[in-house]
Amino acid sequence: MRREEGLLENIVRRSSSPWMDGSGTMSDVVISSRVRLARNLRDVEFPHRMDEKAAKAVFDKVKNAVLDVNARKAVPELTCIDLEDVSPLDRQVLVEKHLMSPQHAQPLPGRGLVTRPDERVSIMVNEEDHLRIQCLYSGLELDEAYITANGMDDLLDERLDFAYDDRTGFLTACPTNVGTGLRASVMVHLPALAIGDEVSRVLSAVNKMGLVVRGLYGEGTEGQGNVYQVSNQITLGQSEKEILENLSLIAKQVVAEEKRYRETLMKNRRSALEDRIFRAWGILTNARSMSSEEAVRLWSDVRLGVELGLIDGPDVTHINEILVIAQPNFVMRSHGRTMSSEERDIARAELLRRHLASMKS
Amino acid sequence: MTCEECGKNPATVRFEQVVNGKRTVMNLCAECAQKKGVLSVLFQPTFSINSLLSALLGSQMKGLPAASPGEEEKRCRICGMSYRDFARAGRLGCSRCYETFEDRLDPLLRRIHGSGRHIGKAPVKAGGAARTRRELEELRRQLAAAVAEEAYEKAAELRDKIKALESTLGREEE
Repeated sequence: MRREEGLLENIVRRSSSPWMDGSGTMSDVVISSRVRLARNLRDVEFPHRMDEKAAKAVFDKVKNAVLDVNARKAVPELTCIDLEDVSPLDRQVLVEKHLMSPQHAQPLPGRGLVTRPDERVSIMVNEEDHLRIQCLYSGLELDEAYITANGMDDLLDERLDFAYDDRTGFLTACPTNVGTGLRASVMVHLPALAIGDEVSRVLSAVNKMGLVVRGLYGEGTEGQGNVYQVSNQITLGQSEKEILENLSLIAKQVVAEEKRYRETLMKNRRSALEDRIFRAWGILTNARSMSSEEAVRLWSDVRLGVELGLIDGPDVTHINEILVIAQPNFVMRSHGRTMSSEERDIARAELLRRHLASMKS
Repeated sequence: MTCEECGKNPATVRFEQVVNGKRTVMNLCAECAQKKGVLSVLFQPTFSINSLLSALLGSQMKGLPAASPGEEEKRCRICGMSYRDFARAGRLGCSRCYETFEDRLDPLLRRIHGSGRHIGKAPVKAGGAARTRRELEELRRQLAAAVAEEAYEKAAELRDKIKALESTLGREEE
């Protein structure tokens, strides 16, 4: 088996990823931190204007640069995956595992993904920009994620001619990303604020600070599993350090508010809370058919239960994996075929039962 | 996020249904939504950053006189894009467009970011001087902050660093 296929097979078959292993700071509320750098090659048309030949030429250049980086053994070995060689189903699983954007799953020539076995680094080639370097870490670890992304950027910058202007910074297809090209985001889980009906109040305050709030899988998925992604909007006129500090500071405030609500719930509504959490656990471990939406909703209650120490046994990694198992394409991939939504619901329930059986409380 | 019905296409329609007071939500692709007879398909998500930008630019374009006959519209010499094309797409054609349309992009960038000047990382290739200048700017800001906080010890330290960098920069630019 070729190395690319081996790596891909490993990624799409596994429901776990290192970025959701529950490690890192404040990981009881912050699921993960992500840093993304947008980079482009100088004087080459941006992907939305490129023909097939130009797109493939860009991908080839990136491949050569990556080979050279690998040869230096400065970082764990990277693998270049040509997305044209990847089945539509596997492409969707890569989206569900947050390794690439939904847009990138659309089959266009010259689109690629560079990643490595620990899934911490993934570089989308020819998405909206020529390169989008992404680093994902568990917990509130924006600095860690930036250090990795920045190192990767330096290694590639030595080998590729990045479009940069002293005044405007890194030049991007969309002027909303220009400057640092940095989009940092934290994925937070806010079940207690949701129970208290306080999510919108907190998030609108976050909005007013110039940050953007989106759902688990971007725009339009707000509220799913009470998971929100908070990210910076401005990329020009602030240094990377400022952007990261600002986001981190506000994320910490959100975490504190969520924790305050968790404590209040434990103090004043413990039995009702326990009932809700154990009902969710009961359904998740026993149901014979389950929709994606229901699985994500129950996951939220169960994760809260584990974090509060009410459910004893399962570790956070296993619980976080439910988020991936809940997704439609992951279910179909583990059965190796496409399925109707009814078939999928049955298969999902079975996967979840098996996944959780080993650690029943 | 893919369509929950076919599991193939990306979901672009959020389908909410209330039957006997019970609400169900599904995320569907346009095709499956149409099969289900969802009217909201009429409202496809045209609401993206690029469409917003395009609207913003459209209003900017209105204030400009149309190219008079015979007068060539300014085009990027690398990718051939005109500002009008950009206004339509909401995306630029290549990195050179930033230079080509500098005059018009400048106010736009300030509108989006509240600033038109990059103060972050410079690539190694941008040369030693550019990097040093960046570093200097960052240190000067830190110095201002330290003075404001009355952290004089830190301020003195920063001032020394700035002096050292300024002399390096002087040598580099000679």
